[in-house]
Amino acid sequence: MQIVVDNLVKTFRVAERDPGMLGSVRGLMRRRQRDVKALAGVSFSVRAGELVGYIGPNGAGKSTTIKILAGILVPDGGRVEVEGRAPWKQRIAHVSRIGVVFGQRTQLWWDLPVVESLEMLRHIYRVPLDQFRAARDELVALLELGGILDTPVRQLSLGQRMRADLAASLVHAPSILFLDEPTIGLDAVSKLAVRAFVQRLNRERGVTVILTTHDMDDIETLCQRVIVISEGAILSDGSLADLRNRVTRERWLTVDVDDGSAEAITDSHATVIRRDGNRVCLAFDPQVVSPAELIRRVASAHSIKDLFVENPPIETVIARLYGSVS
Amino acid sequence: MDSLQLYRRYTAISIRAQLTYRATFALKTVGHMLVTAIEFLGIWALFSRFGTLGGWSLRDVALIYGMADIAFALADAVGRGFDQFGTLLKAGDFDRLLLRPRSTVLQLLGHELQLMRIGRLSQGIVVLAWASGGIAWRAGSVLLLALSIAGTACLFVGLVVLQATSCFWTIETLEVWNAFTYGGNYAGQYPMAIYRPWFRRFFTAIVPLALTSYYPARAILGRAPLDVWHLLAPLAGPAFLAASFGAWRIGVRHHASTGS
Amino acid sequence: MSGYQAIVAARFRALLQYRAAALGGLFTQVFFGLVRIMILVAFYAASSRSTPMSLPEVIGYIWLGQATLLLIPWRNDGDIAEQIRTGNVVYELTRPLDLYGTWLARAIAWRTAPVLLRMLPMFVVAMLIIPPLLPGWGLARPPSAAAFAMWVACFAGAVLLSAALTTLMNVTLMWTIAGDGASMLIGSLASMFGGLVIPLPLFPQWAKPFLYALPFAGLLDLPSRVFTGNIPAQQALWVVAHQLVWTAALIALGRWLLSRGLRRLAVQGG
Repeated sequence: MQIVVDNLVKTFRVAERDPGMLGSVRGLMRRRQRDVKALAGVSFSVRAGELVGYIGPNGAGKSTTIKILAGILVPDGGRVEVEGRAPWKQRIAHVSRIGVVFGQRTQLWWDLPVVESLEMLRHIYRVPLDQFRAARDELVALLELGGILDTPVRQLSLGQRMRADLAASLVHAPSILFLDEPTIGLDAVSKLAVRAFVQRLNRERGVTVILTTHDMDDIETLCQRVIVISEGAILSDGSLADLRNRVTRERWLTVDVDDGSAEAITDSHATVIRRDGNRVCLAFDPQVVSPAELIRRVASAHSIKDLFVENPPIETVIARLYGSVS
Repeated sequence: MDSLQLYRRYTAISIRAQLTYRATFALKTVGHMLVTAIEFLGIWALFSRFGTLGGWSLRDVALIYGMADIAFALADAVGRGFDQFGTLLKAGDFDRLLLRPRSTVLQLLGHELQLMRIGRLSQGIVVLAWASGGIAWRAGSVLLLALSIAGTACLFVGLVVLQATSCFWTIETLEVWNAFTYGGNYAGQYPMAIYRPWFRRFFTAIVPLALTSYYPARAILGRAPLDVWHLLAPLAGPAFLAASFGAWRIGVRHHASTGS
Repeated sequence: MSGYQAIVAARFRALLQYRAAALGGLFTQVFFGLVRIMILVAFYAASSRSTPMSLPEVIGYIWLGQATLLLIPWRNDGDIAEQIRTGNVVYELTRPLDLYGTWLARAIAWRTAPVLLRMLPMFVVAMLIIPPLLPGWGLARPPSAAAFAMWVACFAGAVLLSAALTTLMNVTLMWTIAGDGASMLIGSLASMFGGLVIPLPLFPQWAKPFLYALPFAGLLDLPSRVFTGNIPAQQALWVVAHQLVWTAALIALGRWLLSRGLRRLAVQGG
């Protein structure tokens, strides 16, 4: 196991203030403290080379976990081992082996060309020159940075900057890469490029990737394994298919009619999720009524132009998972 | 040593980054030079009216003034990262420094070298050069001058490190620190003898500016013997700096356990 | 009535949030004030020459300088700087508003509130807290009610003058390079030639005509001397006149530069 997390506990102290005038005056003298349990005993392990999605609603404890794994936050209880080290105990040794990309912030030097940031990072991470050159050339090729190497970071578009940040995080050939919202705010083309790169990095180079994201397409494209955390506890840990099956067997049938009878489409064994003009979406349990049977029933009563059967979108699955707890 | 090399690289890219704004940089440098030159004008005006400051001549004060300003300019140039630490911390960018396999102190020292501040440095040198015309220099006093400036610079860096450390608890940079950094520099431009005893005591025992700057200056001016005590006095600066780094480490540990 | 109460309550609450920063700033200013006083006390003590300002007047002058420190145009308006930088300022041309007037009104508000907020505690410290602790180092009351009344007029004049300077500084932002430079210099020039660093009367005689011709004297030096009585109440009207003449001149210059700047931006495209 490359990463071992065992019963991780972290509590934060938050200052609270009473609302209103009296509260403000009291706030001058003494602040009331409240304990917030960010992590209430989180456990999981990751093998080298896995690509794991680590998802949860805001405030679930995702970033707390990542910060502890990165070595910049000290937990209150539990055990963490990354490549045999406790991250916060041997910070410098540990961070030499990991790369981190924050979607919202850049680690590049704002006023300088991209290539100079990469050079600077080479020296910070003490990467030998020939190793750096090889890594740099490869990253430039894979991420298509050739055209922007000499462009100051402040002039880059968001998509270009993200690609440059990815390259920057890999200059020192880390064995583990943490990606925090890497596709946020990107246009469709850039998102595809980032996903393709991360997939290649994981499959061809065996870099372990821990991905936190709210973008479900990221999850579906990339993650073999998904860990769901909510309110400081792990709700689910397994493959995407497992997650789906755990929450619901439900499947969705979407039908386009061309005889204007969309209003009238119903079935005793299905629930209508959405009616939209000539399109109707029905949710059903394939163990109660098979897809083929449902299609036959609807087709016999209506004139169908088009139809398709799919899984509920992962957002729905996960929302149900969160909802099932609270 | 490779940390020193890395620091040099940090300085180089900082300068290059500032030069990308060439015109603004030139203007700001000239502007800053003018601004600092104007300050000494005020002192000159006072001396031309009063003639003496409690027994100290303009030349005497010029030495003290020059020493204080050079030291402050050096500290200012090196300590910018700590000075801006509140902003860095609030933006969440301190995490990035922790994610790099280098000491946070080294990274902050290398954060930015403000070239524009060269105005204060050059003014200090000019004033000091003029003052030195009236001094009988010996090897000992030249050495003491260098030690004193270095020690005072360490002291000012120590103050700004403490200022940054306080941000771990208060997030915002407290304006009160300006009283000690800028205020300390201002007070240090004049002989400590003219201040009230309680003021002198504070700047001897707590923020040892008198030890690093004033007492050496007296020895250089011949108002006090140039003995071993005066040569050792500037060590209070590096000692203060070491203590403030200790406080910094406590602050970083606090940040690591509370995440703020 | 309850609406007003809510607004006042909200304002007060905002003030309480501000308390740490305000106290820190107050401490720093008191520190600087004391250092300046000690320096001048030492100068006065050592010399027996006659001076255009007595030591008590100088001490009062220093406290007043610290109290009204925020009248000095240290920084330009960040919002306006942003507007100009992004070019959005040309949209202001489409509105039926006098842009300069708007900016001037902003500057007046921007100067008044913080100045009063800093001034009142400083007065409390300088007049009530310092005298018992350090006798003779406090700010003395004005010599007469007339002097105080004239000072209030001069203070208002100083606010207007400061606003006009600030607005001029904001206008120069339209010429980016010049704007940056002006923003830097005006603050420092104003503080020096306003008498913050050294009281203007203590400068050499030959420099005085030049110093008093400048607008900066009307920011701190002249009003402070009305308060301490160094400028008699009867002559205080000249101070107000000085301030108003300069204010008018700066407004005229600012208006002219603004119209040229807007035309230039509209042509260039921002």
